[in-house]
Amino acid sequence: MKVSFHVNGEARALDLDPRVTLLDALRDHLELTGSKKGCDHGQCGACTVLVDGRRVNSCLSLAVMHEGSEITTIEGLGTPENLNPLQQEFVSCDGYQCGYCTPGQIMSATGMLAEAAEGAPSHVSDSLTGKAELSDAEIAERMSGNLCRCSAYPFIREAISRVAEAEEK
Amino acid sequence: MSDTFTMDEAQPRLLDETKQGLVGAPLDRPEGKLKVTGTATYAAEFKPEGMVHGVMLRATITRGKVTGFDETEAKKLPGYLGLFHGPEFVRNPAQGMAGAAPVQPGDRVDYHGQPIGLVVAESFETARDAAARIKTSYEQNPGAPVDPAGVELELNEKRESIQGDLDAAMEKAAQSVDLEYTTAGHVAAAMEPHAGIAEWKDGRLVLHGSLQMVRFNKEELADAVGIESDKVHILAPYVGGGFGSKLGISSEHVAAALAARELDRPVRIVLSRQTVFDAVLRRTETWQRLRLSADASGKLTGIGHEDRVSNLEEEAFSEPVNAASRFMYGAPNRVMRQHISRNHRTPTGSVRAPGEAVGTFALETAMDELAEKLGLCPVELRLRNIPEKHPDTGQAYSARALEDSLREGAKRFGWDQRPETGTRREGEWLIGMGVAAAGRANFLVPSAARVTLSADGALVETDMTDIGTGSYAILGQIAGEMLGLPIDKVSVHLADSDLPGASGSGGSFGASSSGSSVFLAARKIREQLADKLGCKFEELSLGNGEVSGGGKTAKLVDLLSDPISAEGKIEGGKTAKSHFSAGFGAHFAEVAVNEVSGEVRVRRMLGVLGIGRVLNEKTARSQAVGGMVWGVGSALHEELGHDPRTGHIVTRDLANYHVPSHADIPREMEVVFLPERDDEANPIQSKGVGELGISGAGAAVINAIHNATGVRLRHYPATPDKVLEGFANGR
Repeated sequence: MKVSFHVNGEARALDLDPRVTLLDALRDHLELTGSKKGCDHGQCGACTVLVDGRRVNSCLSLAVMHEGSEITTIEGLGTPENLNPLQQEFVSCDGYQCGYCTPGQIMSATGMLAEAAEGAPSHVSDSLTGKAELSDAEIAERMSGNLCRCSAYPFIREAISRVAEAEEK
Repeated sequence: MSDTFTMDEAQPRLLDETKQGLVGAPLDRPEGKLKVTGTATYAAEFKPEGMVHGVMLRATITRGKVTGFDETEAKKLPGYLGLFHGPEFVRNPAQGMAGAAPVQPGDRVDYHGQPIGLVVAESFETARDAAARIKTSYEQNPGAPVDPAGVELELNEKRESIQGDLDAAMEKAAQSVDLEYTTAGHVAAAMEPHAGIAEWKDGRLVLHGSLQMVRFNKEELADAVGIESDKVHILAPYVGGGFGSKLGISSEHVAAALAARELDRPVRIVLSRQTVFDAVLRRTETWQRLRLSADASGKLTGIGHEDRVSNLEEEAFSEPVNAASRFMYGAPNRVMRQHISRNHRTPTGSVRAPGEAVGTFALETAMDELAEKLGLCPVELRLRNIPEKHPDTGQAYSARALEDSLREGAKRFGWDQRPETGTRREGEWLIGMGVAAAGRANFLVPSAARVTLSADGALVETDMTDIGTGSYAILGQIAGEMLGLPIDKVSVHLADSDLPGASGSGGSFGASSSGSSVFLAARKIREQLADKLGCKFEELSLGNGEVSGGGKTAKLVDLLSDPISAEGKIEGGKTAKSHFSAGFGAHFAEVAVNEVSGEVRVRRMLGVLGIGRVLNEKTARSQAVGGMVWGVGSALHEELGHDPRTGHIVTRDLANYHVPSHADIPREMEVVFLPERDDEANPIQSKGVGELGISGAGAAVINAIHNATGVRLRHYPATPDKVLEGFANGR
């Protein structure tokens, strides 16, 4: 089946087996291996990408469902020579160890910060309306779809809160 | 130049004299920029020309024989390339440091989920479809035992140590405890699934593999496939976590190699998460009995630690449950004993801190119970029982931070604010604090590295892996420190089996073993530089590209008309016999327990650890915190479940096997490294850290639950149902 979408701003056209997930399309057909496959079942979050600005588990979505979508992957945020603020803080805070869940954590954090800025509440928000302050509990709750077995959680949240605070200013 | 240095006596602390200021510094990981941009390439992320895809077939019986495969339906699929199986296929991954093929069972099935064949197709989707269409026929051998308690147990003499008369000591004791514990089976659950791409190129087998110990892995793969090990080339520059589960070559590496040879095309296999659960070595569940006896002063008179673990026949590994109990505390009367249950569950192997990770649950919570009976502070009871010499071997201890870490931790954590049991309440929440000691034996494993110094800087080369542990960072720091170079002048090339063979990553010995080999290589280069400058080795000083000594100074580049290359090679020696080296520490935890739901929330933790010289304060801290989080996971929610009929793992994905998530872990996970040098450990005076973090961490959480609620929990994980049962039974 033919499908075309934009990945990191670039138009891509593919002819795919309809069973190919968005994750496998990115990794195996577009050779964007930054998005990781940890479980292939939407349980670990390593495959998180943004689709039209929303974070999704790309392993749970078929590529052919994304005709015309704007997809952002970790490769679209920055390069080793030019890290974006979240990427830089993950390095500074040691917000990773093996690095395998890291692209998913960073993509999820990107989506999460945007959701919070739009006023979306979480399970631990005091109120369903109004903008939630990104306390550690808020960040933890909103990031719990992204597992890190190396268990860099405190350092990941430190990195995210530094960026959230900088964005506030 | 590959003479081996043997660690026969304490070495001068050269890294305390050097001036570059790199060793110990909390530097960022040099590969970090690749990891955060998705440009670090893991095992499955290469695409050699013509690569095809494999999916493993797994047994759906517990014991018996494969009698045939029906490929009819699979063959109808365009792009289907075939089914591969045979005598070379392996039953399970090699145990750590095996250096030889794991069991190759032929058509025999020994556990439900065992890999029995490989399906290959042009695309992953077709291979997956084809695998589902293959009909496997079996001759079943029913009645395979899968309940660890349901078989006659095998005494493991290797783990037995008996002194004095424990029964008599228990009888005479002023206070004693005799308690039974169970811990659930665990898995490593590294985020990167086990994977490999195999390709035959110029007469060699090239494997991109997710592996921890390349020096051993090339021997294992060669043995399994039936070729010489110099015909195997393994590359593992980035490994998405291991925690013991990638110590040895696994079924997919052998299968990919065999299929690639037959098809003459590169074959990629990534195990599905479910197959990782089924067919990768897990941590055994345990049953443990812990006995402690003490006199009225709180001096231990007896320690007994008996356990039962599981493994399949023909697996040499057994979880060393009593490991920490043998060296933490002293008592004249002791029984250390292990029985192995041979059953047909998924076989067991090393998972982070084999032994200490589960053994300390029993030892350190029993110490808490004994302290309560004696009316002693749990910190004080531990302080009173620190042995002078290793109770088993009579060895002296090398640097041991047990006493200091308990005292320092108590001070920093606010231990004096610990409430009386069950008295601190915040609404529905009961709050408490717990402590547990930590100990993890430290090893020096043969390791080699090459360092080359040229006008451009230094290059470190070894087949050592970095599985998130920080090898890229610390090996570069050691070389830069020794050669007086800023860190950006040092590059580190790892995990290529054609490079000098390192210890590999396992048992927390990687950083110290491979770090020592880099240190020794650089020390040889320093000797040559001293010669070139014309000064004594002891006078030599290097820093920021300058060489000085004996009143002379030169620019490093001027001394390097040609690059200088040296290989450092180390092995353990007499100090390992004269001294017992281990990391020690103390964990403190504060928890809140919900009286209505039984939920336990960890509010903060502190680990005070003595790990010898810290090589990179940032990566060491991450390792320690990682271990502590694992302690929380095994204390509160990690649990393998098995189908009681077949032994098959039923919690075989990350929704059913609960590793800690962000919401489970507080931000306040503090780690303090005590200043320490372990002179008997190795020439860089460092020790392991990743497994010390987990040792005792879970017990600290469990002891905090008791302080909060008065409930004693001895069957882990301490899920809410067990907490509520504790409430129901009366505190």
